[in-house]
Amino acid sequence: MAKAKTTVKFQGTLEQEQALREVIEAHKDQPGALMPVLQAAQGIYGYLPVEVQEMIASGLQISVAEVYGVVTFYSQFSLNPKGRYNVSVCLGTACYVKGSEKILEAVESKLGIPSGGCTEDTKFSIDVTRCLGACGLAPVMTVNDDVYGKVEPKKVAEIIDSYMNR
Amino acid sequence: MTIEQLNKIREEKRELLMVRKLVKEEGEKLAANTGYRKQVLICGGTGCTSSGSREIISALEAELEKKGLKDVLVVKTGCFGLCALGPIMIVYPEGTFYSQMTPEHVVTVCDQHLIEGGEPVKELLYTDSVLEDGTILPLSETPFYKKQKRVALRNCGVIAPEIIDEAIALDAYQALYKCLTEMTPDEVIQVMIDSGLRGRGGAGFPTGLKWKFACSRRGEVQKFVCCNADEGDPGAFMDRSILEGDPHVVLEAMAIAGYAIGSNQGYIYVRAEYPIAVQRLNIAIAQAREYGLLGENIFGTDFSFDIELRLGSGAFVCGEETALMTSIEGKRGEPRPRPPFPAVKGLFGQPTILNNVETWANIPQIITNGAEWFASMGTEKSKGTKVFALGGKINNTGLVEVEMGTTLREIVEEIGGGVPNGKAFKAAQTGGPSGGCIAADNLDVPIDYDNLIAIGSMMGSGGLIVMDEDNCMVDIAKFFLNFTVDESCGKCTACRIGTKRLFEILEKITAGEATMEDLDKMEYLCDKIKKNSLCALGQTAPNPVVSTYKCFRDEYLAHVQDKKCPSGICKALLEFWIDPEKCKGCTLCARNCPVSAISGNVKEPHVIDNNVCIGCGTCLANCKFGAITKR
Repeated sequence: MAKAKTTVKFQGTLEQEQALREVIEAHKDQPGALMPVLQAAQGIYGYLPVEVQEMIASGLQISVAEVYGVVTFYSQFSLNPKGRYNVSVCLGTACYVKGSEKILEAVESKLGIPSGGCTEDTKFSIDVTRCLGACGLAPVMTVNDDVYGKVEPKKVAEIIDSYMNR
Repeated sequence: MTIEQLNKIREEKRELLMVRKLVKEEGEKLAANTGYRKQVLICGGTGCTSSGSREIISALEAELEKKGLKDVLVVKTGCFGLCALGPIMIVYPEGTFYSQMTPEHVVTVCDQHLIEGGEPVKELLYTDSVLEDGTILPLSETPFYKKQKRVALRNCGVIAPEIIDEAIALDAYQALYKCLTEMTPDEVIQVMIDSGLRGRGGAGFPTGLKWKFACSRRGEVQKFVCCNADEGDPGAFMDRSILEGDPHVVLEAMAIAGYAIGSNQGYIYVRAEYPIAVQRLNIAIAQAREYGLLGENIFGTDFSFDIELRLGSGAFVCGEETALMTSIEGKRGEPRPRPPFPAVKGLFGQPTILNNVETWANIPQIITNGAEWFASMGTEKSKGTKVFALGGKINNTGLVEVEMGTTLREIVEEIGGGVPNGKAFKAAQTGGPSGGCIAADNLDVPIDYDNLIAIGSMMGSGGLIVMDEDNCMVDIAKFFLNFTVDESCGKCTACRIGTKRLFEILEKITAGEATMEDLDKMEYLCDKIKKNSLCALGQTAPNPVVSTYKCFRDEYLAHVQDKKCPSGICKALLEFWIDPEKCKGCTLCARNCPVSAISGNVKEPHVIDNNVCIGCGTCLANCKFGAITKR
């Protein structure tokens, strides 16, 4: 999957950098350390901008190219920041058969951005996921950690509105 | 920990757990000894948690506290299987089954059922568990559960997965003890071979043989035992449920394998999309280490074994064994050619065995009950049971475990309760993006590994998605191809470019732009991708196309020759039509049409201009008189 580099300026804090250095220190002698470090780094920063990848590369003494190669391979690693509320629509088989594509369309038209995008005020972003394993509740969408099952297209606006003023 | 200490825990907790295994009178007798008059089990799996089971648990605990009901035990379990009806709550010793609970319902159940001398609240029970004459069936007697045979899911929905003592009460780690003290490693492998257990992850390779290939030079070289918990097939969630509901069975089985092949280190590679499973595994590993059931010198023997957890990051191909190992090594998860097989050269270049979660879940019971017990279940070449994740257009969605050789009809109609809304069954899709569709005329084939391949599908990990007359099979094939195009790792050309071209042909077909020549090209491409791809992802990628084209050729032809989608799914081929007899001229459709394709005067029948119409269906959804149809 192609991933676009972000246009958002990097605004990492010293605390975040300190936390990342600790993670690198804890994992650096472990075989196959890169994946756990990237996962922790994404937890700290919310995404993996080039600046963070460079810190990891120098910390683990591998090339930035290798880090970038791994980051772009896995769909959960993001080069773009996510919105404060990330709306994720499941397009796994069970959800698809139950019409989740219509849910995605409804979310996109409600927020006015395509899947993979982020609203200008960085409040909302949309992405698509492959099966959350909640197939019994298909179609499923999530907003951050809140899971909505058996969603209907006409309920989408209501769900998103409930996050608008938070 | 010694075996005496393990047995002590087992005895202390045994009765408490057995209450949940027995029903009615026997359970009631036992319950009297446990100090708990009632036990309330609430599902804490992903499905029910999404439906709000956390609130149910806190509401129940608060209500019990308020009423001073100290002899009622609340247990947070793993998945019961009927995910669509969550949050689910079971009350023992009766085994009564409450579904779709709300915090208000909890108060009612406390008031009427859980109090001393209370009776079940019939109107809140799972409807299939109340007979017409008012008899209440225990969970195990309902149609959904009655036909099932639970081996891999034995403890799911029975024990509290975050409490190791509950697992121990139901014999966890006894099989490991038996291996370490009564059996040689070769005997363990022989039992696995004799049992006939085949890998539950997809290809169905005999587990015992896999172990045998990795067993030479024990103690001389570093070896690894891996658990594939990267359950990526959309629609399959049995591995997640086992990890959430009974994590210790996986740890125990991996330790047994470690003993059998001579390895002291295991890795579990689990999807990051399964946060609850990850959390339970972390708890389980910590508890097992604390009890000395993982770590140095287990049960005082010279066998040591530990397990580390590694998280995936959303790459479907990492479910392929060589890609999974490359990913654990911290690299791009690309597969590599075999041979050398992982048994010779696997993780970090060392001999490695890899089995999936459901396979592991069978192993301790095979050791305890013997190979003959396991081999007595199933068909000639597929032994034991298989867990299926029922989904799609079916009444009872959820997890079911049946003996190999059960027919699809029994699963769909009897256990699954059939297709909802009186629609006709069209096909069942098994094996995810690697599998194929089974049409209605094969409903009576006994399901096992070989029969499924013979009818053009495969077992895969056990996802079973039911489709009805409203699903377009070309669209379904396109959906799966879109998935493989996205998930192809890009290493080999046949898969990277081939699947993309195949997807484009399907797009042409669903857009009504394809010719008969394109169908020939499609077949040719399927064959080439299959034969030239490096790993199973590419080799099986054309399966959804091949099987739907075989079983539903007329649908493909309708798209190509008549430019029609018989199921009314493919937008470009749809035509909306207003029945002038039924149209009242309310203008609602015209006002809502985003492209102003509808014209007509007030109180006169309206007309759709199909040259302008984009087929969005807004008019259909808005019409109050049922005057609009798609054709």
